[in-house]
Amino acid sequence: MIRARIAVLLFAVLVMPGARDALERVMVTHMLVQIPLLAAAGALGAAALPRGLRSRIAAWNRGGVSGALLAMIVSSWWMVPRALDWALAAPLMEAAKFVTLPLLVGAPLALSWSSLGSMGRGFLMANVLPMWAVVGWAYIAAPVRLCNYYLTDQQVTAGIGLVIVSIALGVTLGLLSAAGYSARIGSDSIPAVFAGASSVASTPAATSAVVVTANGTGPNAVAS
Amino acid sequence: MAPKGDWVRTAVASLAICVAGGALLWHGTDGFRALTTETARRRAIAAAPTPIPVVQLEDQDGRLFTLDRYLGQPVVVDFVYTGCGTICPLLSDGFRRLDRAERSATRDSGEQRLQLVSITFDSLDTPARLREYASHYAADGRSWRFARVRERNDLDSLLRAFGIVLISDGRGGFQHNAAVHVLDDRGRLARVLDVGASPDEVARAVTGASP
Repeated sequence: MIRARIAVLLFAVLVMPGARDALERVMVTHMLVQIPLLAAAGALGAAALPRGLRSRIAAWNRGGVSGALLAMIVSSWWMVPRALDWALAAPLMEAAKFVTLPLLVGAPLALSWSSLGSMGRGFLMANVLPMWAVVGWAYIAAPVRLCNYYLTDQQVTAGIGLVIVSIALGVTLGLLSAAGYSARIGSDSIPAVFAGASSVASTPAATSAVVVTANGTGPNAVAS
Repeated sequence: MAPKGDWVRTAVASLAICVAGGALLWHGTDGFRALTTETARRRAIAAAPTPIPVVQLEDQDGRLFTLDRYLGQPVVVDFVYTGCGTICPLLSDGFRRLDRAERSATRDSGEQRLQLVSITFDSLDTPARLREYASHYAADGRSWRFARVRERNDLDSLLRAFGIVLISDGRGGFQHNAAVHVLDDRGRLARVLDVGASPDEVARAVTGASP
């Protein structure tokens, strides 16, 4: 039950206006602190679900396939520049962010992580991590301002952050599995935070972010 | 071993997730064509022209006017401030080109149709400063006027209607989405073009907006 308490506490802190403003003022903390922590809160919460409910969910989530898909699709939305702007401009979209990241990203990923198996996890990470790096690169290289609510230099910082996180996570996971710990990563003994923290990207957003730069759309010119 | 039915359920759930998730992503990005707020704004405006509130403007010579005095005429609007060192000069260079092209095209008839209005959002921009800025860009104050908004509330509603977001850069300046805004003959915001849009592009947008 300690996990459930941490999850509630974490969510309560994140939802406080002061914390929200502080994390959302800067793009890199919005993307790489607030969003992963919201997912982490969901992951911790899911780990505290009663066994009966978990097995009923598992019946719809063999091999962790549906959970991983859900987390990938929903998290990809929150990497789209428009989604970040939208959340800042519209309270309803902001509320959607606070609901979907824990419930539709963190929780399903935590519930799927162990049943994914080392192959499934490897597949997931091999898809997600390079895409983070690509999205990060798109943010760094974009010739225009992509978010109306963030300055250009913040966009670059967020991009660098994404690239670093994807490489660091890839190296860590690679080392862990090379050292033969891959089985233990999958077990329930590993803090679910880990699953939640690594859940903020996926293919569709990444591919489309590349399209942004390729087309030169998103024509927010830079000014000072 | 998991029962066979579970794999069927999982397949059904996965399919439903892909369909629903794909539909939401499709909807949220206008069919994967608008990944940024700016692109979405331009697409929405082109699809359905936006009414612009009538607010009192004061030009570089202290004359008061409103945008609806140009009804029936094509009007192109941009938002600048005189202290801006990066994008606004590009906008103003583009407007100078538009102004020159229009003047030479209508030299014989003597009647210039296209009206250019540059609106400042910086409270430091007085008519005097605007006049100096205008003369730097050879704006005559007739076909191309620089203007400030008299009331703070009016400025906010005008910026909201045009979809301009200002953020302070912390050094007394702003970052802002910069674009060339074409109003149709009914005074609605009908097209948004890139900074530096050529006279031809503007002419096409004007024709498209008010056929």
